Amino acid sequence: MRHPGRWVGIGIIGVLLAMFAHLLVTNDAFQWSFMVDNMFSEPIREGARTTIVLTVLSMILGVLLGIVLAVMRLSPNKVLSWTAWVYVWIFRSVPRLVLLVLAGNLGIIFANGQIEFGLPFDRQLLDLFGVEGDARIFGLDSREVLSGFSAALIGLVLSEAAYMAEIVRAGILSVDSGQSEAALALGMNRPLTLRRIVLPQAMRVILPPTGNETIAMLKDTALVVAVPVSNELFFQLQAVGSRTFQVFPVLVAACLWYIALTSVLLVGQHFLEKRFSRGFGRRQQDLPVQVPAGGMGGAA
Amino acid sequence: MTALDPMVVAEDVHKSFGHLEVLKGIDLVVERGEVLVIVGPSGSGKSTFLRCINHLEQINAGRLWVDGKLIGYREHGGKLHELPEKAIASQRAKIGMVFQRFNLFPHLTALQNVVEAPMRVRKQTRGEAVERARDLLDQVGLTAKADSYPGELSGGQQQRVAIARALAMDPMLMLFDEPTSALDPELVGEVLDVMKDLARRGMTMIVVTHEMGFAREVGHELVFMDEGVVVERGKPNDVFRHPQQERTKSFFSKIL
Repeated sequence: MRHPGRWVGIGIIGVLLAMFAHLLVTNDAFQWSFMVDNMFSEPIREGARTTIVLTVLSMILGVLLGIVLAVMRLSPNKVLSWTAWVYVWIFRSVPRLVLLVLAGNLGIIFANGQIEFGLPFDRQLLDLFGVEGDARIFGLDSREVLSGFSAALIGLVLSEAAYMAEIVRAGILSVDSGQSEAALALGMNRPLTLRRIVLPQAMRVILPPTGNETIAMLKDTALVVAVPVSNELFFQLQAVGSRTFQVFPVLVAACLWYIALTSVLLVGQHFLEKRFSRGFGRRQQDLPVQVPAGGMGGAA
Repeated sequence: MTALDPMVVAEDVHKSFGHLEVLKGIDLVVERGEVLVIVGPSGSGKSTFLRCINHLEQINAGRLWVDGKLIGYREHGGKLHELPEKAIASQRAKIGMVFQRFNLFPHLTALQNVVEAPMRVRKQTRGEAVERARDLLDQVGLTAKADSYPGELSGGQQQRVAIARALAMDPMLMLFDEPTSALDPELVGEVLDVMKDLARRGMTMIVVTHEMGFAREVGHELVFMDEGVVVERGKPNDVFRHPQQERTKSFFSKIL
C-alpha cells in the first residue's frame, strides 16, 4: 500500500460516520417524522421569510452605508474622515445583541411619540428672544419607526455598515493608484472614477469578506428576538419546541434551515465573484504575456 | 491667444514634496505641432513636470498655460486659486497622457477602455464612441484585439491601447511619461512606431524618454533636466553632438 496513513484516516472517518448514522437512525430523541412534519408549517415559513428579508435589506443598506463611510474615511477632508472613524469605532465596539436591545428601547428617549427633525436647541434659542414656538421641520411616529421590524433593521444596518466600511476601504486601497490617475487624466471626475474604475476592481477584494458578512448576518437575524421581533425563523422554531416539548428536533430543524439558506447564499456569491473577476482570470497565465498583470491594473 | 501662440508655456514652475524641492523654476515653451523630448537622470523632476502639465500634481509657484489657458488655477488679485474639480477635469480631458505602466483598466476590454471616457465624459453615444475606438485601435494596429482584456495583451499591445485610449478624447496635446521603460526590448519598437506616426500627423507631444534614437528621429526640441532645473535645450542632434554643459556631457557619456 502506498499511503497507509491515508487509509487509516479513511477507516477512522468511516467508523465515526457510521457511528453518527447509527445515532441519527436509532435514537428516538431526533423524532424525524415530527421534525419534517413541523419544520415547514406556516409560522415557520413566515419566520424564514422574515429572516431572509431582514438579511437582504440589512446587507443592501449596510453595504451602501459602508461604501459612503469608506469614501468618507479615505477623504482628504479631516472632518469627514474623522466622522467615519468615530462611527466605525463605536458601532464595531457595541455587540450586535446590545445594539438590537438598544434599538428596541430607543422609544424611551422619544417618549412623546414623535421623532422630530429641525433646528437644534430651537425652543431654547427662541426663549432667549422671548418668542414662543419651535423650528421643527418634520416628525416621525416613534412607535412606528422604533418598534419590531424597523428597529431590528436599524440596529442591524448600523452595525453592518461599520464592518462593511472597513471591508470597502480595504478594497479601494487594494486598487493601484495608477488606475484613478489614468481615469482623472482622461477628464473623469472623482465620483465617476470611483464608480466606473475603482469600485469594480475593488469588488474582487470586497466580495469574499462580504459573503462572510452576509452569512453572519443571516445567522445574526436570530438575535432580533431581543428587539423584540418574534416572527423570525429561530424564534418560531423554538416556539414549536416549547409548545410540543420536542426541543431537540426543532434545534436540528433550525440547523438544517440555516444550512440550506447559507447554501443558497454561497451559490449567489460564486456567481458574483465570477462576474467581477472578468479581466483577472486564469486565462492570462495560459498566454505568453510580457508583463505580469498580477491583478494590479497591469501595473505590475 | 491665437492658433499661432505656443501650446504650452511654463513660467518659473516650482514643485515641492514636503521639504524636497523637485522642480526649481522650469521655463519652457512648446509650439503647436512640436515634439519636445525631455531627458535626464531619474529623480531629475521630468516626470513630475509632465504631471504638473495636466494638474495631476499641484504646483507651488509659477504658471503653466496650455492653449493659452492657465492650468489648474485661476488668478485673482495676483494670487492663484485652485480651480473647482469640474473645471480641472475639463482641462484634463483635452490633454492626453500615456503612463510608464500603461494603467489600462484591467476589468474592461481594450475597446471598453477606449470608449469609457468619450462616453462618460464627452457623452458620446455608444455607436459614435465604438466607431471611433475601432478606427483608433486600427491606427495602432490592434484591430484584432478589441475584445481582449489587458491581462491577455503583451506590454507593447497594452501601451498601444493606452495611446488609443488617450487619442479617443481628441487631445490637443499628448504627454508621454517614459512610455517604453516598462517594456521588454523587443516590444519597444512597436510603441515608438505608433508615436512616430502620431508625430508625423502633427500632434503636439511632450515625451519623457530614454530612447535617444526616437529623440533624434522625431524630436524637434530636446531638453535635458537635472535636479529640478532645465540644464540645456536645443535641437536633439546639436545637444547630442555638442553638449554645452558639463552635466549634459557626463549624462550622455553614460547612456550613449
